[in-house]
Amino acid sequence: MTFSDFLFAVFPYLCIIIAIVGSVWRYVGDRFSYSSLSSQFLETRQLFWGSVAWHYGILIVLTIHLVGFLIPETILWWNQVPIRLYFMETTGFTLALFTLGGLIMLIVRRVNNPRIRAVTSPMDMVLLLFLLVQVGTGVWTAMFYRWGSSWYAAYAVPYLWSIFYFKPDVTLVNNLPMVTQIHILNAFALVLLIPFTRLVHFLSVPIKYIWRPHQVVRWNRRTPVIGP
Amino acid sequence: MDVRAQTSMMFHLDKCIGCHTCSVACKNIWTDRKGTEYMWWNNVETKPGTGYPTKWEDQEKYKGGWEPKEKSVKLRVTDKFRGLANIFHQPYLPTIDDYYEPWTYKYSDLFDAPASDDQPTARPISLITNKPIDINAGPNWDDDLSGSPIYANNDPNFDKISESEKQALFELERLVFFYLPRICNHCLNPACVASCPSGALYKRGEDGIVLLDQNVCRGWRFCISACPYKKTYYNWKTGKSEKCILCFPRLESGQAPACFHSCVGRIRYLGVVLYDADKIEAIASAPEDELVERQREMILDPFDPAVIAQAEKNGVHFSIIEAAQKSPVYRFVKEWELALPLHPEFRTLPMLFYIPPLLPVLGHVENGIYDVDATDYFGSLDKARMPMQYMASLFTAGNEEQVRGVLEKLLAVRMYKRAEQVDDIDADLVKAMLEKTGLTAEACEQIFRLTSLPTFEERFVIPPAHREYTAELMGDPYTFKAEAGIGGFKGTPERGL
Repeated sequence: MTFSDFLFAVFPYLCIIIAIVGSVWRYVGDRFSYSSLSSQFLETRQLFWGSVAWHYGILIVLTIHLVGFLIPETILWWNQVPIRLYFMETTGFTLALFTLGGLIMLIVRRVNNPRIRAVTSPMDMVLLLFLLVQVGTGVWTAMFYRWGSSWYAAYAVPYLWSIFYFKPDVTLVNNLPMVTQIHILNAFALVLLIPFTRLVHFLSVPIKYIWRPHQVVRWNRRTPVIGP
Repeated sequence: MDVRAQTSMMFHLDKCIGCHTCSVACKNIWTDRKGTEYMWWNNVETKPGTGYPTKWEDQEKYKGGWEPKEKSVKLRVTDKFRGLANIFHQPYLPTIDDYYEPWTYKYSDLFDAPASDDQPTARPISLITNKPIDINAGPNWDDDLSGSPIYANNDPNFDKISESEKQALFELERLVFFYLPRICNHCLNPACVASCPSGALYKRGEDGIVLLDQNVCRGWRFCISACPYKKTYYNWKTGKSEKCILCFPRLESGQAPACFHSCVGRIRYLGVVLYDADKIEAIASAPEDELVERQREMILDPFDPAVIAQAEKNGVHFSIIEAAQKSPVYRFVKEWELALPLHPEFRTLPMLFYIPPLLPVLGHVENGIYDVDATDYFGSLDKARMPMQYMASLFTAGNEEQVRGVLEKLLAVRMYKRAEQVDDIDADLVKAMLEKTGLTAEACEQIFRLTSLPTFEERFVIPPAHREYTAELMGDPYTFKAEAGIGGFKGTPERGL
């Protein structure tokens, strides 16, 4: 097994398994620690610019990644016409910059504001560093490789599917540029970090709120009723 | 009719001396942990004043409570979809500066300072950053400072009073203030519960205490804004919200909550009321001037056989119905109609009621006698230093008649007792006062007794918690001191990674 085999065929599974086992472990053993750990109460202005840009940016970027993952042929077809390719690449680049801007704002806030430093754990800084690498390599790819989106559809997506089918095909990603390879590996590293950082907060996105009745009543001696 | 029981409270403001013993009792038990230093689940503020957090009553700023929408109500700060859209940054969240930055003093400087010509001083150090800070606000920062321009002047309850009228109130001769102790109202239509995306906040079915499940809270912070009384707090250290728990471990072991138990002026009463939960939505969306009456309507007569039968059908234990029959809160709120909710226009149906204070009247001294120039005793209400409108803004959503009615009753009881004990008042006058207020001599006597001479057991009628029906008994609250919850944790819960 070459080093590249380890990185692209073994490391992803390690990350995913540890992330799943770790998150469940943490949820069962230390549910109290599941929190967004919001620091808005201590500082709100900078957080607005940082957090809103970051979260909306990364959510849209991840959604586009997911779409590419599900329908790669459509992406390749779309990119056949140059003007459509430019549109795709420009959109990706703009969103990536938006996300990067938000992330940098969050990092600056965390480092500069003494109140925020008081609620910063070492793992927060580790996570921010990995996120910076992730978004940085993403922006780099969007900026310097005009075919980034097609590469994603033609190489990275089949590779991800190969991981998904438990038949990892390293040859698909071996020849990608170094920056893109880092982007892929760092993504798995971020998955690994989920149970060890505040990233767990995305596992508790409160979607249920949309259909839950407003008021919640808990009874000791009745079967749970929600209402009135 | 869906009969439920609610542990309800009443504060008699005429008796509050503003000593803050309640606040300290609460702080020593519940909020002496890191991240909670700034929290006062129980606080006492000087009124008129801006309160804690600053201007909490100003819902243009904080967006707390409900507003009417068609035939129902909607939260001011959020709704189902806005809640998710604003989750990354909550636009109306108060920050720690709206409360105050907690601090201590660097006492070590007193010992470690090198020898010099000056006395060493202990500088204030922020409890958040551990760095020296300038103190700009603190607990009870505006205590007794009602006359000062920055506090009373900015009281949101003066919004409807003209500037000249307001300035006249702050003349030294007219200066007046009273104390407003506040805890969580354990509302029937709690905005904090409704706003929580995680569903961490809930109302206990058996006694109506509103609690926040620390294991479910994810720190989305909507409860902080949604509570119009600002009685949910964000623990910046653990990343979870916390609130008054009405000392439920004490209640469950038959003790009054710490703030009630320690009250020096004995202003606090606690008891169960039965209410009709089917009416909550209709009453929360009633027109503003009807809110007080309609809320009173919702409270049911615990002696009515139909109510008792329905209560038993709804699973209310008979011992709780018995407690409701002895409840001092029921008598003050429903029977005598003396106690009013604080800011009913927030539409959360608060279950903490207040008897408004009879403030001193404006008079003059002639031949050593203080004269108020009132033609009759009720006339002195118009001479009160604090305009009726202010009281109405606090307790009846602006309905002056309702506050006046309560104050007239309080005056009538005083005059009745004075006629009886000092015998210097015309009996006809007292009779006329009783007639006008609808009180009887017996009612006056009972109000007097429950106001002035109540025993501990009369003030606090604590229903049995019936923990025997649940799996385990609650331990002594002190066992879990310095933890963020009561039981259910192995050791002290720590902030997540």
